[in-house]
Amino acid sequence: MANVLEVSDLSVHFATERGTIRAVDGASLRVAEGETLGLVGESGCGKSVLALSLLRLPPPPGRIVGGRIVFQGTDLMTLPEKRLRHFRGRGIGLVFQEPSAALDPVFTVGSQIAEGLIVHKMMSRAEARAEAVRLMNVVRIPDAGRRVHDYPHQLSGGMLQRVMIAIALACRPALLVADEPTTALDVTIQADILDLLRQLKDEYRLSLLLISHNLGVVAETADRVAVMYAGRIVEEAPVRDLFAAPKHPYTEGLLRSVPRLGEPARSSDGGRRRLPAIEGSVPDLTRLPGGCSFHPRCPDVLSECRTRDPRLRPLTAAGGDPAARQVACFKHHDPDGRPR
Amino acid sequence: MSPPGRQPLLEVRDLRKHFPIRRGLLSRVSGWVRAVDGVSIDIFPGETLALVGESGSGKTTAGRCILRLMEPTAGAVRFDGQDLLALGPRDLRRMRRHLQVIFQDPYASLNPRMRVGTIVREPLDIHRVGRNRAERDAMTRGLLERVGLDASAMRRYPHEFSGGQRQRIGVARAIALRPRLIIADEPVSSLDVSVQAQVINLMLDLQEEYGVAYLFIAHDLAVVERIADRVAVMYLGRIVELGTRQEIFKNPLHPYTRALLQAIPIPDPTRARERTVLRGELPSPAAPPPGCRFHTRCPVVFEPCATLDPPLVEVAPGHWAACHLVPGPAGGASRP
Repeated sequence: MANVLEVSDLSVHFATERGTIRAVDGASLRVAEGETLGLVGESGCGKSVLALSLLRLPPPPGRIVGGRIVFQGTDLMTLPEKRLRHFRGRGIGLVFQEPSAALDPVFTVGSQIAEGLIVHKMMSRAEARAEAVRLMNVVRIPDAGRRVHDYPHQLSGGMLQRVMIAIALACRPALLVADEPTTALDVTIQADILDLLRQLKDEYRLSLLLISHNLGVVAETADRVAVMYAGRIVEEAPVRDLFAAPKHPYTEGLLRSVPRLGEPARSSDGGRRRLPAIEGSVPDLTRLPGGCSFHPRCPDVLSECRTRDPRLRPLTAAGGDPAARQVACFKHHDPDGRPR
Repeated sequence: MSPPGRQPLLEVRDLRKHFPIRRGLLSRVSGWVRAVDGVSIDIFPGETLALVGESGSGKTTAGRCILRLMEPTAGAVRFDGQDLLALGPRDLRRMRRHLQVIFQDPYASLNPRMRVGTIVREPLDIHRVGRNRAERDAMTRGLLERVGLDASAMRRYPHEFSGGQRQRIGVARAIALRPRLIIADEPVSSLDVSVQAQVINLMLDLQEEYGVAYLFIAHDLAVVERIADRVAVMYLGRIVELGTRQEIFKNPLHPYTRALLQAIPIPDPTRARERTVLRGELPSPAAPPPGCRFHTRCPVVFEPCATLDPPLVEVAPGHWAACHLVPGPAGGASRP
């Protein structure tokens, strides 16, 4: 299957008074046509900066300092700004965590959906308005004909997120990048929005890059998962393989620490069962530890982990496709890249 | 609803908090938001009662009214038999020794201009615990070490700590006076999963050591299942179901509880989703629907739901639900 998006060795740095923050530090990933890639990581791992940088819009003072971003065969990194605009909205649609912050409070939601249609699709106002109502029906906003005249403050968080999705869909993008699209929502609303995203993906033949800290959301929605830690992709695998047998100690720890429904809270002797936690906390990105960034928290640390930096390499045991499973860890490869 | 022979530590009866909606130049009251609308719960010594619900359910407001960080509109709150709502400021302060709080946002709940040592020592200072400052400092060091922080944290400021560490500081402050009840309002929901587990484990350990009871206010049912002895589910200002952890998770009776449990995404891609997706939005607590408040979103709504408000009835010993589809046992008492 062809890749809609290929990112290689992307680095985005922030120059601050305290030093350079390497928010994204040589990250590589790909999204195949019609596929959902889940990008998982905890706060500060760089996943949102990566998402925004795909359209060369890293949050200031972030700067893309290296790497390649190829979208449908076009290298977005070398594209002149004017031609890049064509891809913003039209090729890649974005959905953010906080729809209330992303929408303009002084325009009706209808006119904000219509805006892209007028700019990118050269529609007349009337056409764009009619299309906005249609899109609002598609994203299951009840009473769309009336709601199209509402301002953002008149809608709930769940409804605003639907509006955001309608805006992202308006110009028929090939790739939808959804950054924590349900994190600010209640679980019952989250379930409904995820259901909607899955349905739209099939109907519109979208590829989806779903960024989330919630492993449940990713397990239910993604085909493949990339795990990010301190600016790097540390593991990448098909969703079932990753959850069945995580290879990176960070992924293992993350999966173990998620409380799951139905697990007994007490052990057989009646005592409380403790939740396995990952010791320590996410490192300060201005003062990353040498070697593997995870090594101070890693239960399986080896001597080379303190000095050498593991690269993301294919796991040979995965069988046919050498790119099917990748991991950046010296448990699986020696520092010269030979499988252990 | 009480297991026989035990005295509840906290009794909350028919608690209400209504906020006025003011409009116009003269700020005339044009309506009321009924954030908490008749909540009754008991908490027993050493147990954890989880109060769960989505945003707008009134769970946070209920917690604040119990602490009297906010004055309730009506109802009764008794702690160890004493009516908290009748206490004057001095007696209330004395009582607060036994009744502490952990807030959701460890970035907003610690004074950024105070050193961590002062923050944790403050309750000891206020209640004049120990003979002198040196003794209180020693206690503070012990508290910080107990929650897994180095004693050198005393001299540092909150911004020097990560979210998980700040929440530990909040826990250290809450346990400083060895309270009998801690109201923890979403204490782990702003933390990353890997760190969440550390704080939950700490809270469980402290409960075992000190026998403190928790009112654990949360929206994440997977976390609640790990920590709660009993669970109360709130929807639009009311408790719709209340029972032991086993009952609520294995045998949920209210359609809202079921939907809430089904809505949780499962971190296992091999499990098929079986889910009734709730359509529609949470109605405004300023204009709750007539009849059962959940009927506008209920997947099994039937004829009486739109007009008759179902009472919270005891369906099985200790298991209460407010739904017309859930018949009470013969002679089942409905809650006063």
